[in-house]
Amino acid sequence: MVRTLIKVENLSKQYRLGVVGTGTMRDDFTRWWSGVRGKENPLLKLGEKNDRTIIGNSDYVWSLRDINFDVNQGDVLGIIGRNGAGKSTLLKILSRITAPSTGSVKIKGRVASLLEVGTGFHPELTGKENIYLNGAILGMKKSEITKKLDEIIEFSSVERYIDTPVKRYSSGMYVRLAFAVAAHLDPEILIIDEVLAVGDAEFQNKCLGKIKDISTEGKTVLFVSHNMGSVQNLCTRGILLNNGEVLFDGSAVDAVNAYVSNSISLNFSNFVEIKAEHKNSGVFQEIEVKSVELKENFPNNQYATNDELTVEITLYGNESINDFRVAFGIYTIQEEGVAAHFTDPKFSIKKGEEKKISLKIVNHQLAKGQYYFNFAIGKGNEVTGVKEFDIVMKTLFFEIAYTDKDHLKGIVMWDQQGWGKINFQNVESIEIQ
Amino acid sequence: MKSINNWTHTIQPKTKWLHINLKEIWEYRDLIFIFVKRDIVSINKQTVLGPLWFFLAPLFTVFIYTFVFSGIAQISTDGIPAPLFYLAGITLWGYFQSCFMATTTTFTANASLFGKVYFPRLVSPISTVFSNLLKFLIQLGLFFCLWGYYFYKGEIHPNKALLLLPVLIFLLGGISLGLGIIISSLTTKYRDLTYFISFGITLLMYVTPVIYPLSSIKEKYQFAYHVLEYNPISPLIEAFRYGFMGKGTFSVFDLAYSFVFMVVVLFVGIILFNRTEKTFMDTV
Repeated sequence: MVRTLIKVENLSKQYRLGVVGTGTMRDDFTRWWSGVRGKENPLLKLGEKNDRTIIGNSDYVWSLRDINFDVNQGDVLGIIGRNGAGKSTLLKILSRITAPSTGSVKIKGRVASLLEVGTGFHPELTGKENIYLNGAILGMKKSEITKKLDEIIEFSSVERYIDTPVKRYSSGMYVRLAFAVAAHLDPEILIIDEVLAVGDAEFQNKCLGKIKDISTEGKTVLFVSHNMGSVQNLCTRGILLNNGEVLFDGSAVDAVNAYVSNSISLNFSNFVEIKAEHKNSGVFQEIEVKSVELKENFPNNQYATNDELTVEITLYGNESINDFRVAFGIYTIQEEGVAAHFTDPKFSIKKGEEKKISLKIVNHQLAKGQYYFNFAIGKGNEVTGVKEFDIVMKTLFFEIAYTDKDHLKGIVMWDQQGWGKINFQNVESIEIQ
Repeated sequence: MKSINNWTHTIQPKTKWLHINLKEIWEYRDLIFIFVKRDIVSINKQTVLGPLWFFLAPLFTVFIYTFVFSGIAQISTDGIPAPLFYLAGITLWGYFQSCFMATTTTFTANASLFGKVYFPRLVSPISTVFSNLLKFLIQLGLFFCLWGYYFYKGEIHPNKALLLLPVLIFLLGGISLGLGIIISSLTTKYRDLTYFISFGITLLMYVTPVIYPLSSIKEKYQFAYHVLEYNPISPLIEAFRYGFMGKGTFSVFDLAYSFVFMVVVLFVGIILFNRTEKTFMDTV
């Protein structure tokens, strides 16, 4: 039986832009007057899509507009979207911090929300006192905390400092203690907002593991993150928000793919003329990258595992520079770095000269998937200091799709989360007995 | 697919005016207790004198008041020894003022906490009143020491009205809570009030019989006397002095007025507070 624990119906949230001042009093009056006459709030008819890049005409924007979805018991729901898409607003409404403008949310069960680690921690109080304080703020009873105290202290691994005021803690210890409390909340529904972006790698893994445990116990988790990897890893479902509207609702993997193809302009042409949108603003372009090209010219840049990849870079010298090197990095379209190469510093260019440099990856070993290139033209090393003349990002999208040179046999299955991004080509396997 | 419609709670734009969830506040009583503990413990952390500070402030104030108001200005203390008279006034007034001032900033001071986690917001001002109550009880201990001394010397004549002390404390706490949450609800959007309150509270002390007895202005200043009659704090301080020191204006009718005042401000306060807590994060 599927139990629906959260039902979001026609949820909208309107915000007023600009400064709260005398204008608010007039609007308050409008709202009050229409209420007195039993009419609908006229200000709710105003408002525009929340796109921060466009200058709007109205003082009111819709941070969320007519959101509808259900969350069932046991779902681990990832909520993704660009900055300003409405993720945080949605979480704030679900955790009852602010009320929606219209619509409703129905919730069944105990909710704990972690929008921040260590909410309400008091610097002067000791670790143990803060466990009680934080636990109570998050909705635990005192007796519950006492019962779980030892477990919490053990999980946090700060036993030694437990009677020291938390203002003496390192930021890592602080986060550990705070998460330890949160991990022992034992709610039916857990709402988490990117709190995992803190702490060292070991602790992050511990947290992700704990969230996985919680979800396997049949608990329901709502998770907002910018880390596409952990969303794909942890979540069973994904919702993609864009400008306050649900753009996609489905499996986590599909939601991430929808997000990625929505945010990076995928351009699978094999020749890219470099424009300002590819540039890093922190460079002076003493040497300028004019264009990059994949010489193989396959349809949609689809390569086989045993193909060679040849990139030709066209450079223009705005100054004369000797002994520079060219570097490139390959990234997955989830924006995770896979591999890089730095050439020897053997290239030179004169002012006003145009030069082409060819880079050939002979045995790429990349696994099935979609990738793109970043380039950096620079000079120097760790001893002398590094200087980059030009940096070009997110160009030349390509895909590893086939196993044979004729591009007939597609790679059937390769889960990048499970199998990684490298598919070794040079492995000797021999029977020795 | 079957889903049973017993939702634990529903999040909606607005609830009814009188939708006050007192049961929920009761469920969060542990949090009230822990907030009180936090306030008390954190005040004394890293101080040498610790709780002694609760005594030092009123002692110095009494010393100055005795010198200025009784000594220089020769304001009557109704025949009560001046230090005791002032200590009674400032202990009670101090409780009212600290509760009121702390609760008026409920939303603005706790914005970062309220913005991250939900709990019934009323928990916050309620715990403020309790932690100030503890501070008040400690200061009341100081008052009892001085009071015992004068009682032993036979300079004061207490009577049965002193048994009303718990009632007086309750009324004082209730009025400060009610007024405080009204102001706190109004200041989330319009900050103008905070400026008014910060000096208004000092002025309000002078229209409360803290440094003078009500009887002393009855004949001379008719108008001021009527103003003071409408101040719901006046009967409380007067009744306290009457019970413990035998001098003062005591009337059950005045106390009843204070009680009604408390009920009204608490009622209005909770309604306003309830409406504000849902959306204050958008305006604070």
